[in-house]
Amino acid sequence: MVINLRVWRQEGPDSSGRLVDYTVNQASEHMSFLELLDVLNEQLLQSGDDPVEFDSDCREGICGSCGLMVAGIAHGPQKRTAVCQLHMRSFKDGDTITVEPFRARAFPIIRDLVVDRSAFDRIIAAHGYVSVTTGSAPDANAIPISKDLADDAMDYAACIGCGACVAACPNGSASLFTAAKISHLGLLPQGRVEASQRVMAMVDQMDVEGFGDCSNYAECEAVCPKGISIEGIARMRRSYMKGVLSE
Amino acid sequence: MKLMSALMSPVGRKVLTGVTGIGLVAFVIAHMIGNLTYLSPNEHAYNTYAYKLISLGWIFYTIEILLALCFILHAIVGISIQIRRRKARPDGYKKYKSAGSPSYQGYSARSMIFTGIILLGFLVLHLISFKYGPGQAEGYTVTLPSGEEVRDLRRLMTEKFQEPLYAFGYPIIMLLLGMHMRHGVWSALQSLGMMSRRLSPLVYSLAAVLGILVAVGFLFVPLYIYFW
Repeated sequence: MVINLRVWRQEGPDSSGRLVDYTVNQASEHMSFLELLDVLNEQLLQSGDDPVEFDSDCREGICGSCGLMVAGIAHGPQKRTAVCQLHMRSFKDGDTITVEPFRARAFPIIRDLVVDRSAFDRIIAAHGYVSVTTGSAPDANAIPISKDLADDAMDYAACIGCGACVAACPNGSASLFTAAKISHLGLLPQGRVEASQRVMAMVDQMDVEGFGDCSNYAECEAVCPKGISIEGIARMRRSYMKGVLSE
Repeated sequence: MKLMSALMSPVGRKVLTGVTGIGLVAFVIAHMIGNLTYLSPNEHAYNTYAYKLISLGWIFYTIEILLALCFILHAIVGISIQIRRRKARPDGYKKYKSAGSPSYQGYSARSMIFTGIILLGFLVLHLISFKYGPGQAEGYTVTLPSGEEVRDLRRLMTEKFQEPLYAFGYPIIMLLLGMHMRHGVWSALQSLGMMSRRLSPLVYSLAAVLGILVAVGFLFVPLYIYFW
């Protein structure tokens, strides 16, 4: 199949970028979107041009490295997949697809489609952890919890920190990411002890990083490759209010 | 001081918007039901209702002050959220679209800032026309069956809504109010942490019903006065 691409090209963090048109004539419907970009880069290298820079690692949808705005949607039009798991069969022969980086002030562009998402790392560093020793794996079973609770915590733990929630949010809010981490830890007995400090520190860090406010659009949930629910955001708010009142 | 900084946090700002929003929704519903007394076969019903409200004395004034606070805070926080949104993404996308369900990013959600600003402007005009409009000093006086001489708000309302600008302008604004509530009611409850995966779709639908009911309830009286 023939695919026309309009790709965001930007030399560096401070240079201005623009959309550049390319055509890949030898695309296959079995390719992932990242493999399509690999083919494009082969073409560019052969003609002596700079390849398009983009992030990727596992290419099986679990690492959270890749993330692009494909045709105006974070990770592309297919639901619940990262862009590495988006296949070209989701598109038609002759389609023109716009590819842009995840845009937010807190995610500065490094080059082309690569953005710096270390703002997320700093939110985790603020208190996205359990600071007591919880022992090794078998010790986790020393405190029994219900299956429902375990499932709920696991749903939030599925967050791969890709940043699609921020990219898709019209306000550039990091609420779903932060809420997923807070809910994942706060639902478990080992994490509950520091729940109040955790939610305060992480919400404050979110603000420091310059993410926008949440307007409850739920666009984040719609693009999340792991389908994390905005119920987590409601939970984060409850936990925050509880923390403020108990202080 | 701790509470102040908590209220200024990303969660606090949402809680403020939600609480003030719910206060305003309660006011809007009460106001709408009050207006409907105009349609009562008892021609004194509307003026009696207005007189009873004023007669509440300090309770009435406390509610007025609380409502004014709700309006001001709701507007300030709403506008500040909009300003932060621009800062959070200074360079927008060349191509952007919603991924669809379960996203609630519809027309009502996207237009909150516009419908909100229009409603704020409307509120000022509305207060000038009615609350601070002509009163007993200007001859708008009526004697209730109970004997009290009170301001004839019914006459003021009847006169105003015979003007096409009022008769058709008000209903349009009320439709915008319904739109604002369509996203706002659900959003307020989510902001206060009351929503869950199971409740959200139901409450979101009920918010639409409430938005329509309030809009229809309000636009009924102006159109009735104009056409009948």
